[in-house]
Amino acid sequence: MGNDSSNKEVEIPLYEVFIRSANGLEHRHVGSLHAADAEMAIMNARDVYVRRNEGVSIWVVPSACITASDPSSKEMLFGPSRDKIYRHPTFYNLPEGVRNI
Amino acid sequence: MTIAREETYDAHLLSFVLRLADSALIASQRMAEWCGVAPMLEEDIALSNVALDLLGQSRHLFTYASDLEGGSRSEDDFAFLRDPHEYLNYIIAELPNGDFAQSCTKSFLFSSFAKTVWSSLLDANDSRLRDIAAKSLKETNYHVEHFSSWFIRLGDGTDTSRQKILEGLDYVWPYTNEFFDDDSILISLEGVLKMKTNTLWTKWIEGVTNVFASARIDLPSTPDFICSGKYGIHSEHLGHILAEMQYLQRAYPGGRW
Repeated sequence: MGNDSSNKEVEIPLYEVFIRSANGLEHRHVGSLHAADAEMAIMNARDVYVRRNEGVSIWVVPSACITASDPSSKEMLFGPSRDKIYRHPTFYNLPEGVRNI
Repeated sequence: MTIAREETYDAHLLSFVLRLADSALIASQRMAEWCGVAPMLEEDIALSNVALDLLGQSRHLFTYASDLEGGSRSEDDFAFLRDPHEYLNYIIAELPNGDFAQSCTKSFLFSSFAKTVWSSLLDANDSRLRDIAAKSLKETNYHVEHFSSWFIRLGDGTDTSRQKILEGLDYVWPYTNEFFDDDSILISLEGVLKMKTNTLWTKWIEGVTNVFASARIDLPSTPDFICSGKYGIHSEHLGHILAEMQYLQRAYPGGRW
C-alpha cells in the first residue's frame, strides 16, 4: 500500500457517456466511466448504463476533450441574462391547439 | 418397442439439456465470484451481468429439463438438490477463476464454444431448444466479444499481462478437449439436434484462431488429456462450488424467499 506506488500506476482515462434513448431523440449525458480506450468505453457503457434497455445508441467522449466553463466566470456568462425578461417568451398568448411549446 | 425407443430418446435429450444447463449454471456461479473484487468497478458490473446472463440461460434449460421429465423435479431441484456426480457440465466451467487473465482466457474459450453450440441449435429439430438458443446467442455473442477483447488486450499488452495470459492458457486449454471428444449422446440425437462434433470444432477453432492471431499468441497443440464432466466425472472443484451454492437449500430444505 502507500501513496508512492499508487502514484506510479497509470491512470485509466475517464470517458463521458451519452445515450440516445429512442430514435428521433437527442443523445443525453448519462454519466462517466473508466476505460482504456474508446472501444472499451463503449463496452463498459453497455454494461453500466444500458442494462435496462435504456437506449438505441451510445456515444463516448474522452472527458479530457471536454472544455468546461470556469465557475468563477459565472457572473459574466450567466448573470446578464437574468434581468432581460424580454428574452423569455412569457408575453405571448398561445393560440389554442398549439402544443409542445 | 416403440415406447422403449422413445424413453432412450428422452433420456438422451434430457442429458444433453442438463449438460448445457449445468455448464451455464456452474459458469455463472464461478463468474459471480468476481462480484465485488473485479479489477475495476466497470468490469465488476460487466462480469456480474455475464453471470446473470448465464444464470438466465440455465433457468430456461432447467425448465425445459423439468418438462422433459414430466415435471417430477423443478428447476430448483435440479440446481440445488443434485450431487456432483449428477452434474453434467463441462469441467472448464468449474475450474477456479485464478487471476483476472486466467478468468478471461477461460471465459473466452468457453463462451466461444457456447456460441458455436447456440448457433448450431438454431437449426435444431426442437422448437424449445431453438427458442432458448436464439435468446442465448445474443447474450453469448457479447460474452465472446467482451472476453476476447480482454484476451487480446492482455495477451498483446505488457510483458506481465502477456505472461499472465500465457499461464492462464496453459492451465485452461487442455480442458477444451472435452468439447469435441466422441459423444454418444450427440450421435444418438443427431436427427433432433442436427449437430456434429467436427462441425462445432471447425467453427470454434476458426473463431479462436482469429483472436489468438490478434493477441499474437500461438495456438497451443491439442493435448491428449480428455476430461469427462459431461458424463458426471468431475474435478475436485465442483463439490466445493455446490457446497457453497446449495448450502441454504440443504440446511433449510424447502426454504423459500
